Amino acid sequence: MNYLLRGIGVVTAVGVFSLLAFSLPSGDAHGDGGGNVLPRTTNKAWQQECASCHIAYSPAFLPKASWRRLMGGLDQHFGENASLDPATQADILRFLEANAADSGTSRMGSRVMQSMGANQAPLRITETRWFARKHDEVSKSVWTRKSIGSAANCAACHRQAEQGVFDEDTVRIPKQ
Amino acid sequence: MIKHLLYGGLAVLGMASAVAAADSPASLMAQYAQQAGVPVSGLSASRGAALYRTEHPGRDGQAVSCAGCHTANPAQAGRSRVGKRIEPLAPVANPQRFTDAAKVEKWFRRNCQDVLQRECSAQEKGDFIAWLSQAR
Repeated sequence: MNYLLRGIGVVTAVGVFSLLAFSLPSGDAHGDGGGNVLPRTTNKAWQQECASCHIAYSPAFLPKASWRRLMGGLDQHFGENASLDPATQADILRFLEANAADSGTSRMGSRVMQSMGANQAPLRITETRWFARKHDEVSKSVWTRKSIGSAANCAACHRQAEQGVFDEDTVRIPKQ
Repeated sequence: MIKHLLYGGLAVLGMASAVAAADSPASLMAQYAQQAGVPVSGLSASRGAALYRTEHPGRDGQAVSCAGCHTANPAQAGRSRVGKRIEPLAPVANPQRFTDAAKVEKWFRRNCQDVLQRECSAQEKGDFIAWLSQAR
């Protein structure tokens, strides 16, 4: 009986602590996992808001100037209204800037910047030269397969994209 | 000590669920009816269904409707334009729906602009929830 109570107590305590840990405002990077694995950066508002419609694209895929342009035009976000309240918008932009390709916080970001012109601020990750080079063997007909749809759908082929893993080993291109 | 931890933990969990359950489809319908100046019985599920299904010319000329992404059956999961799963909109299939007024307002603001090219009225929002909350 005593052990049962103790067990319930421990489980509850662990539960409460993890609840607290996950609900803290977070924006920490926990080290870089290498060239094709992104650092485990996270921010609650970024994850919650951006990932409502698409995967939460990593800040490391575009420079700060791109994120400023993008977050300044959310009411016309690639043809959809994705507007946010000002506080949430500012919170997400801070996180994007702190971990952007030109923030020096990830190797993948540095590679994105290597092929970026000095004044370039593309709105689409697919417009970066880095993305084009990485996907130059993928033909147009593959992108439009039913289960893929478009190049915006990273997770269709990069099965661990949501976890920031883009290693070639994790790529499975759907046949249809 | 352990008992205290246990009760403390339960209290925290209790508060968390109380905050999450602040709004419900019924409370939101009451709010929108009040804003529209009608009794709750003045909300119409059939007008809500029409709002959900009617196609409108979109910005790029293609027809758009709520059902376009949320599918003809709101108890089923939909798909966003880039292929991400959208959890069902009908509370019968997804009890999380219409339990957070700020979230509801955010999506009405965005999606009414995208589908109707204007904001929705309080009457329309009330009709919409009236229909979805009786969808089976």
